[in-house]
Amino acid sequence: MSETVSATAASITREVNAGRRSARDVTDAMLAHVDAVDDRVGAYLTRLHDLARAHADKVDARIAAGEKLPLAGVPLAVKDNMCLTGTRTTCASKILEHWVAPYTNTAVARMLEAGAIPIGKTNMDEFAMGSSCENSALGVTRNPYDLGCVPGGSSGGSAAAVAANQAAIGLGSDTGGSIREPAAFCNLVGFKPTYGRISRYGLIAFASSLDQIGPFTRTVEDTALAYDVMAGHDPMDSTSIDRAVESTADHLRTDLRGLKVGLVREFDTEGLGSDIHAVYKKAYADLEALGAEIVDVALPSAKYGLATYYLIAPAECSSNLARFDGVRYGLRVDANDVTAMYEATRSAGFGPEVKRRILIGTYALSSGYYDAYYVRAQKARTLIAKDFEKAFASCDLIACPAASSAAFPFNSKSDPYSMYLMDYYTIPMSLAGLPAISVPCGWVKVSAESAPMPMGLQLTSPIFTERMLLGAAHAYEQATKHAGLRGPAVGAA
Amino acid sequence: MSSEKIDVRYVAKLARIALTDDEVERFGAQLGDLLEHVQALAELDVDAVPATAQVVESRNVQRVDAVRPTLDRETVLAQAPQRQGPFFRVPRIIAEAE
Amino acid sequence: MQYEAVIGIECHVELKTKSKMFCGCPNEFGGEPNTQVCPVCLALPGALPVVNEVAITHMIRSGLAFDAEIPAFSKFDRKNYFYPDMPKDYQISQFDMPLTQGGVVKYWLEDGSIKECRLTRIHLEEDTGKSSHAGSGDGRIAGSTHSLVDFNRAGVPLMECVSEPDIRSAKEAVGYLESLKRTFVMLGVSDVKMEEGSLRCDANVSIRPIGQAEYGTKTEIKNMNSFRSVERAIESEIARQTEILESGGRIIQETRGWDEIHGTTHSMRSKEQAHDYRYFPDPDLVPMEVSRDLVEQIRGSQPEMPWKRFERYRGEYHFNVLQATQLLDDAALATYFDATVAASKNPQQSLNFVLGDLSRLANESNVAMQDSKVTPAGLAELIGLVEGKTINSKIAKDLLERMWQNGESPKAIVEREGLAQTSDTGAIEKFVDDVLAANPSVVAEYKAGKVTVAGFLVGQVMKASQGKANPGMVQDLVKKKLA
Repeated sequence: MSETVSATAASITREVNAGRRSARDVTDAMLAHVDAVDDRVGAYLTRLHDLARAHADKVDARIAAGEKLPLAGVPLAVKDNMCLTGTRTTCASKILEHWVAPYTNTAVARMLEAGAIPIGKTNMDEFAMGSSCENSALGVTRNPYDLGCVPGGSSGGSAAAVAANQAAIGLGSDTGGSIREPAAFCNLVGFKPTYGRISRYGLIAFASSLDQIGPFTRTVEDTALAYDVMAGHDPMDSTSIDRAVESTADHLRTDLRGLKVGLVREFDTEGLGSDIHAVYKKAYADLEALGAEIVDVALPSAKYGLATYYLIAPAECSSNLARFDGVRYGLRVDANDVTAMYEATRSAGFGPEVKRRILIGTYALSSGYYDAYYVRAQKARTLIAKDFEKAFASCDLIACPAASSAAFPFNSKSDPYSMYLMDYYTIPMSLAGLPAISVPCGWVKVSAESAPMPMGLQLTSPIFTERMLLGAAHAYEQATKHAGLRGPAVGAA
Repeated sequence: MSSEKIDVRYVAKLARIALTDDEVERFGAQLGDLLEHVQALAELDVDAVPATAQVVESRNVQRVDAVRPTLDRETVLAQAPQRQGPFFRVPRIIAEAE
Repeated sequence: MQYEAVIGIECHVELKTKSKMFCGCPNEFGGEPNTQVCPVCLALPGALPVVNEVAITHMIRSGLAFDAEIPAFSKFDRKNYFYPDMPKDYQISQFDMPLTQGGVVKYWLEDGSIKECRLTRIHLEEDTGKSSHAGSGDGRIAGSTHSLVDFNRAGVPLMECVSEPDIRSAKEAVGYLESLKRTFVMLGVSDVKMEEGSLRCDANVSIRPIGQAEYGTKTEIKNMNSFRSVERAIESEIARQTEILESGGRIIQETRGWDEIHGTTHSMRSKEQAHDYRYFPDPDLVPMEVSRDLVEQIRGSQPEMPWKRFERYRGEYHFNVLQATQLLDDAALATYFDATVAASKNPQQSLNFVLGDLSRLANESNVAMQDSKVTPAGLAELIGLVEGKTINSKIAKDLLERMWQNGESPKAIVEREGLAQTSDTGAIEKFVDDVLAANPSVVAEYKAGKVTVAGFLVGQVMKASQGKANPGMVQDLVKKKLA
């Protein structure tokens, strides 16, 4: 395999725009690589050979006509909860297993318009509910760094695809950590922008007030390229923000001078084990070495994040997923009357985690419990957002872990709550709508005989400060270069 | 916040999900667990705190009243689990809406 | 014992907009099934709603028409329940912060009295698709084997008007509904066509002994498809409840369906499961802050409300209830009439023409009055000619027909064709003399005492003058000459 497949988006688009490589050539090489490795990784649920080649030819024609494209010929993996006209879009659920989208998600459309090539649709936890990708009803995705471990979730397929060089950019969606945690598990940069910065139109909703699309890449520069293409107002999404986007790719920096980085008093990492603790101690020291002033900040309500999230997200999902009823599309299990049909269809079509969340959300909204659960959670959400506001009065950025551990073996989190704990550090930012990024920050061995697995440093900042956040992440990445220390077990170029 | 037992059958009925007896028991226990964890919110004094339904502060997002292209009917009906002519077909509806 | 009825009405009215409430599909009645649909109104995975701005201004306009409060803050909520013609299996509606609150609907009865019914609120929501039930033989849901769903109507903007229980009879209920209809049509916010389902209503009915303050147990009546059926259904329900109470029974709180054919209501009780709609703020939509500027701007452009016009027609113009109602039942007619009065300053003649010859011409040609070539200004000109005795009513009628055909100014026609009535005594005397000379036998009859034949002679004179002779003068002269 050539180094083409491991090339960054920045280098591919440079080569293709300059006419030194064709998009078709990049695409053919990538499709061959996917066909060679994905049977072991399982990143893709649907490979889009024909569509990819058609797009590549279109890009080559545009380049030949003199156009310059920001992502010319860049292979793209799309999480299977984003609609793409004419392609199967499943949410990794039996209920949508054969559904073909008749329209395209706005972010995907912008990526394709910018010259990116849709290689395929990737696996995920069913309806984006999970932190390991094990909740997919349609396939198993393995961590390319250790096939015995999960890739993280819910956007595990896109993470695994990019980690195994099966795409240069992967699109994920992050509701409570679904981009940042798998990025950490798969040695990638994973970015969740400010809520409302990237349109949700055509993103199959899990929890509407939290869902946000973002990229997985192997470098911060590629993240910035993808973000600059996708960000911006969309009149089809009422929650999309109509405010000018500050470009990021042309503002990447190499030091942190003049920035104050807050370390969260309540997020002490000692409880995560000495190896992990050491990784984060080193990471924080590196930030300081880059010129940042380290300050102590408090997020006293952050510990209520999980409880808040596990009421709000299920409440919204219980309503969002009502439409999967066997009437207009998707699975139907026949029965004598329409109510029995609904019950049979939804019982057969949804997996256990989805059912759990629909049930808890239905309960939290139901008569007599609404104020005690749902409204109280909304108020806790206010407190958490206020905590961040206060913290950002004394710092520009906050640094903390992206996940509570490195990638773990399959079937090792048997009770739902232990899985929920994986998102302890990512949920508060989601509740506050903040931009947050996970950047590789070191390697830990889970046991003496296991391979070292990657960890992620999470950086977060006030809403709409993506330019500063990506700039800082770039400085840290360039100074530390943790990601390059090891390559994937499968898919290395 | 109460910690009373969740009536899984009632909730499943509202959510239109058929559950086996086993599932009722298993989900009941798991949801009970989760509700235990969620009880933590009861400690918070939130009487004077406004509720956050959304983090975006936009208001009055509206569109101009103009007609846009519709979907092709065949494309739409091709995905219907059951169709009859130009209609979606569903099993009999018992009595009125819920 | 004497009972009185206590009635409240919930009314759903489809708003008139070009596109649907939350998407760009056409808001039109009668399209081929499932052709007015898109990802949003079919609730395809990933689709999102965006509010139609005209629906919001229609709501404010409607609220202001009844002096409702327009709160500064409003939002949309999801009402969660499953139904096959509701694509998302939740309805976007408004729960605790509707766009309008309170208000009073003023309406009138056949005796001309003005009544009031308070509004609780008007809120905005989206309509469902339509299910037709098959296999039962009569299209009814009971006994059907399956249903067919058309989503063209799904997502059409719908306002729900909820009244306080201020209505006391079936006639008042109809008066209230007619007033809503007149107002909404006049405002241009809805076509209010019950036959197309753009107005649908339910009534809450209870009875109590006269003088008792507490309400009795109420029933909710559904399936009323016309104002006439509302009246019949409520009357039938009042009679049913009265009979139960008089025989010592108890009313059961329930939903009852109106059966148009049998003229009775029947219980629609199914499972008596309490509704648990799990309302919560729709996270796909952002809240609304209704600016006072917008409210005042809309308030300033409101037309005069039907009940106020009714008072004007009755009080200032002295029209009877039927005439005033006839004008106000057709918003365009009332507007045309008011414009004619404004130009002619002659309400009675304006009424005569608008409800008389002009309505006849409109009916015969199937062209609405306001779309015809006869403008209110042209009609006022014609009225001026009659008023000033330049032409008589016979010629006015002919002129109107010609105006209808070619839109010409009546004054211009009169001048060009010399149609002005003549009051020249000499000229008229000549016509009279000629007619008397030509009809000696009739003159003889008159002189023998049969005075009624004078009418024939007058007619002959008018004919000879081609209608231009002043009829009063002709009459006087004929009598004088025969005397």
